[in-house]
This record gives sequence, C-alpha cells and structure tokens, in this order.
Amino acid sequence: MEIRAKGYLSPLSEKGKHSLLTYLKEWACTTDAKRIGVMYLILSLFMAVVGGVLSILIRLELMQSGPSIITDDSFYNALPGMHATAMIFFFIIPCFTGVGNFIMPIQIGAPDMAFPKLNLAAFWILPPAALLTFGGFFFNSLPEFGWTAYPPLSTSVYSPIWGADLWVMGIILVGVSSTMAAVNFLATAFNMRCKGMKMFQVPLFTWSIIVTSFLILAATPVLTSALIMLTLERTFPGVFSFFSPAGGGDPILYQHLFWFYSHPAVYIMILPGFGMINEIIPTFSRKHIFGYALMVWSMVAIAVLGFVVWAHHMFATGIAVQIRVGFMFLTMLIAVPTGIKVFSWLATVWGGSIKFDTPMLYALGFLALFPIGGLSGIVLAAVPVDIQLHDTYYVVAHIHYVLVAGSVMTIFAGLYYWFPKMTGRMYNEFWGRVHFWITLVFINVTFFIQHYLGMKGMPRRYYDYDPQFEALNMLSSFGSFVLFAAQFIFLANVVYSSFKGKEAKANSWDDGLHLEWLISSPPDHHNFHEPPVWEPIVRQHVGPDQPGGLWHRYGE
Amino acid sequence: MATHDAAMAGPGPGEESLGVTNGKLGMWTFLVMDAMTFAGFLAAYARLRWAPGSNWPLPIEEFGPVGIQLTALNTFILICSSVSMVHVLAEQLRGNMVAARKWMAVTVIGGLIFLGIQGFEWTHLILDLWPFVYTDATYGFNQNFAATFFSLTGFHGLHVSVGVIYNFILYLGIRNGKIGPEDTSITEIAGLYWHFVDLIWILVFTFVYLI
Ligand SMILES: [Cu+2]
Repeated sequence: MEIRAKGYLSPLSEKGKHSLLTYLKEWACTTDAKRIGVMYLILSLFMAVVGGVLSILIRLELMQSGPSIITDDSFYNALPGMHATAMIFFFIIPCFTGVGNFIMPIQIGAPDMAFPKLNLAAFWILPPAALLTFGGFFFNSLPEFGWTAYPPLSTSVYSPIWGADLWVMGIILVGVSSTMAAVNFLATAFNMRCKGMKMFQVPLFTWSIIVTSFLILAATPVLTSALIMLTLERTFPGVFSFFSPAGGGDPILYQHLFWFYSHPAVYIMILPGFGMINEIIPTFSRKHIFGYALMVWSMVAIAVLGFVVWAHHMFATGIAVQIRVGFMFLTMLIAVPTGIKVFSWLATVWGGSIKFDTPMLYALGFLALFPIGGLSGIVLAAVPVDIQLHDTYYVVAHIHYVLVAGSVMTIFAGLYYWFPKMTGRMYNEFWGRVHFWITLVFINVTFFIQHYLGMKGMPRRYYDYDPQFEALNMLSSFGSFVLFAAQFIFLANVVYSSFKGKEAKANSWDDGLHLEWLISSPPDHHNFHEPPVWEPIVRQHVGPDQPGGLWHRYGE
Repeated sequence: MATHDAAMAGPGPGEESLGVTNGKLGMWTFLVMDAMTFAGFLAAYARLRWAPGSNWPLPIEEFGPVGIQLTALNTFILICSSVSMVHVLAEQLRGNMVAARKWMAVTVIGGLIFLGIQGFEWTHLILDLWPFVYTDATYGFNQNFAATFFSLTGFHGLHVSVGVIYNFILYLGIRNGKIGPEDTSITEIAGLYWHFVDLIWILVFTFVYLI
C-alpha cells in the first residue's frame, strides 16, 4: 500500500511511503509539534469515549431508584471519580494541549516548539499514566474516593487497595506531563515569535495558551506536592501522617492544597476554549475582535483571581466565617472579567457579516449556554446557599454546564474550525450541523433538570436515591444517552472526512486572519518556507461600513 | 529555499524574543514550577506546625546544638559549591577551560559532601532519635515533626542529587571538549538550577532547623 498524505502528514522517508509500520514509527518518534498535537488529540478523544462510557454506566444505574444494572455498590462508588479523572486529566486538558501544539507555533510564526524532544516526552508520559490511573479496572481494585481523593477516606486505612496507589501515581505523572508542556509553550510563545509579532499583536488563542501555561506552572506542582504527601502517608502510615488526625495531621490541609490546584484547573480547562472562541467569532463575523487588549487583561485577571478563591469548595468544612465571606466575595468578583469577555464577544458579532458554519454555531451555542454555568457558579459562591447545595446534584449541574456547555463546546468549535488545517480536507458540513443541534439540545435535557434535583436535595455520588426523583432522573438519563450517541456522528465525520473530504484551501474559511491561514492545508513539515513577517494590524472596532469595520485583508 | 528550510529546522529564538536563549527561559519557567512544589511542602509544614495544640517540639531541643551546627556547616558547604559554580562560568568566559573544569569538579564534590553529611544525619536521627520510624516505639511529640523533616529535606536532597549528576555531565562535557568557551549558556542554565537548589536549602534550613 502507498501512503499518499500531503504536507506534514507525508512520510519522511522513502520507506515510510510503502510501509504503514514505518510510517507509524515516524509518527511515534516525531518531534514535529503538529504531529505531536494530533497524537494528543487522538489520545484525548479516545479517553473521552472511555469517560463517556463510564458516565453512561452511571446514568443507566440512576435511571431507576434502587439497584438496577450495577449489583456491586463499590463498583458504582468508583465510577464518578473515574469518569471525572478520564474527562479532566485525559480528555479536556490534553485536548487543549494538542490544539495548542498544532496551532500556537504557527500563529506566532515559529517553525516548531522551543523544545521538540521535551514535547514528545511530555506526550509519551500520558499513555502509561492512563494505564496506571485506570489500572484498578484490570484487577478489581478501583479507588472509591472520587477524583478529589480526600483523606482520611483515601488513606491506607480506608482505601487499602493497590488501585488507589496506582491512581495517585498516574495523576502525578499527568501533572508532570502538563507542566512539561507548559514550560515548552511559554518558552515558545515568548521567545520564538516572528518579525513584527509583538506581544500585543499575538493572536488571542496564543494568549490563552500563555495564560493557561502560567496557571499550570503555578498550580499543578501544589497538587503534586499534596499527592506525594498522600503517597508517603499511604505507603508508610507509621511515619507520615500529614492528613490523619490520629497521627497529628490535618485532613483540611489536603483540601487546601488540592483546591489550590483544582480551582485554577477549571480555568486551565476553559481559558484555551475562550481563546478558540476569540479566533472563531471574528472569522465568521468578519470583524476584528472587540476589545483585544481588554480580552488579554480580563484573561490575566481571571487567572490571578483564580488563585485566591479556592476555599469556596470548603464552605462546609467549618473554616472561619470571615474567611468564607472573603472567599465568597473574591469568587463573585470573577464574574466581572468573565462578563467583560462575554459582552466583548457579543459586541464582535454585533453588526458583523455572519456566516453560520459549524464552528460558529458551536461558538454561539457556547455563548448561549456557558453563562448558565457561570450564573449557577455565583449561586454556589454564596456561603449560606452553598451550605444547602453542597454535594447535591446542583453542583453536578453547575460543573457540567461549565465543562460540557463550556469546555467541550469550545473544543468542538475549535476542532471543526481547524479541521481543514489539520487534515487538508473539509468535514461534512451537514453532519456537523446535525451534531451541533443534537448536542445543544441534549446537553440541556441531560443537565438542566439536575439543578432542580439538587435543590430538592438529591445528593451526588450516591448509588441510590429517593423514589420521588425517579421521573426526572429518567429524563436526565435519556438525555445523556442521546448526547453520548450523537458524539459518534462527530467521530464518524472526522474519520470519514480525513480521508474522503473535499480538499481544503489554505484559507479554508476565506476570512481567517492569522498566520495559520496563510500556509497550505495541511502545513508542510516546518510550517513556513520563508521566515514569515507579521504586518501589525490595528484591531479597531467601528461600524461595518467604515474602514476597518469589516476586514478586507488578503486580496479583496 | 532549501537553505531556508535547513536554517529554520533548529528551533532557536525568533525575530521577536525576550533576548535570552530558549534554554534559559525554559529553566526559569521550570524553576517557577519547582518553587511551587516546595511551596506546597512548606505550606503543609507551616500549617501542621502552627496549628493550635500541634504538640510540635522545638527544633533546637530535638536536634541539639551539635546537630544544628553540623547542618549549618553543611549549608556553608552548599553555598561554597554555588560560589565555585560561578567560577566555572567566570573561567569559561576567560576561555580558560582547564580552570573551568577544575571548578566544576569542586562544585560536584561540594554537592557530594552535602549529600554525605545529610545521609549521616538521617541515619543518626532514625536510629537514635526516632526509633518509632521502624519499631513500635512511641514518640512524645507530633510525629509530623519527623514526617515533614523527611519530606522537605528528602525532596531537597533529591534535587541536590539531580544537580550533582547534571553538573557531572557538564564536567564530562568540558573534559571531552564538547563544551567550549563559547557555550556559556549551557553553564549559565546549569548554574540557575544549582543556585536555585541552594536558595531553597536556605529556606528549608530556616524553617526546619532554626525557627
Ligand atoms: Cu472553584
């Protein structure tokens, strides 16, 4: 068989042209950021299916009250934590790393990442980390302490299983991998920009990768330190008791360290998505982004504030009321920079000459649904309300509006947007739209009702619930099945179009402004044949009929 | 065209950069990450020690004046090894690679002595002071005094070990002539790491032994 791929997808050697095995070996050992990015995407989409299957198991069990399909309650206890681990650490975060690897160096006019070998190493840490994390599946030893792993439940006294140790090791490795990627992104973005690409000319997607990398750099190591302490305590319980009150330790200490990472982690999972929306909305509105500088600074503000709100996850632990009120105030403050972004996006669309292709549909769907997750976040930030809603399905609804209607919608927007660039072919627009509409509707069918269930007092993470909640749980489960099934439309579209899709132009959407749209689709091995020069642009927001209002940059 | 391709193959700083090498920027960002890991361990130490009723012994009484003096000597040795690292770069800038190699040897030996003394200290503490670590004996104070001692000095010792290996690789590079007078940025980057390890030790020494 002959491999006839183009651009960076083409085989590097004569032998690779004829042997699939050699071709795959070239991929596995590549230091090309584009290929590494694609490998990240394949791994993360695979893990998304794994996480999806776990969530379907949860929803199947919760369809009816009382034990139904899962007879082993301890297996059920493991499911929510494993679902969260798969989605957070192996789907959303690596997915953004993948798109960042592909697009970011091109956007700043660099031939590759600053440390290509480090890049490859960071990727190859992930598959063994996934095997460790989910290793418990293979010998019936799954940790039942959720993705938060609070001690004392996660100490060797209450979780005396190997699967828990493997899980902790796996998460430490994921952290190492993502900090390696962050070091690489920062060195690349700060040091490898082409001529004319000053910091305040840098496209907003690249800015979002910069800010996210700072978050990873400062937050992830704190989680690593907590997990190392947890491992020491699990392995040598007689010596280390950082978190067990019996040995003079403090379980709340773990929660502080954990949330010091895991609150910023929410922004690690949404800021690159904001960055993608910042690319898509201007392209399909054919206008410059409204308030470029404001977009950058609001992103920085979100990141900085993100480090001083972590205790809002701990309102029910009995910390002092003054501290709780302080954290409540700071948490609500985050709505301000987020609001700035939402209104700037609306102002960008306003008066634009809009095209409704699938990426734009996803961007607008995100714009419509994400504020629901933002608003329920403000509800949860209020101390008295939170004490009532803590650990109920309201929290589940909130986090899924943020992560599914937020992060996942932006991931789809970004993947559809850059699909022609990555593969050199167009996806099928009709099926893209079908996928969008089903996803949009059934996200709401699945998750909206959970707000109500939570308000009524249905606790999260439980195997069983009061029969009065049965009808609404049935509805939510039904929604989740359709939502899950619809994602195979996307996967099929991606696989089919990668081989059979219509060939894409360099500027696949006609109106792409940034450097990735100037080079061929797919790009060649070193992105640019000549070192690119960026003509600085004035991103002004004036009426569409005035100069600079609608852009006419290349050709027109 | 082909020459352009070749010139762009090796990643170096672009036209717009911060004016430093990629490697140096990478090391700085790595050190931010590493500092935050230590911050996690130090925050845990502070929280456990300064909680009401923590039953925390005074370090001077646990380690004894001799113990603290020994560690102070060890601190001095690590600082000296940081100074000799500066000499490596200074000699390299003068083009005197023989002297640079010798100073690098001094740096490596300084790190090794530090690790040796720390190993001795750990052995002494476990065997003589904290037998609860390996027997059923009880300990009169909060056992996290020992636990945080192990986690902080152990994690730092791991960094020293990595630094010793790192510096030794550079020593071999200088000896084989792979690192010449013009490769100062390699030495500078290793120096950043080594000074950072030194700086962290001063924090650990202050927290764990002095106050
Ligand atoms: Cu939070």
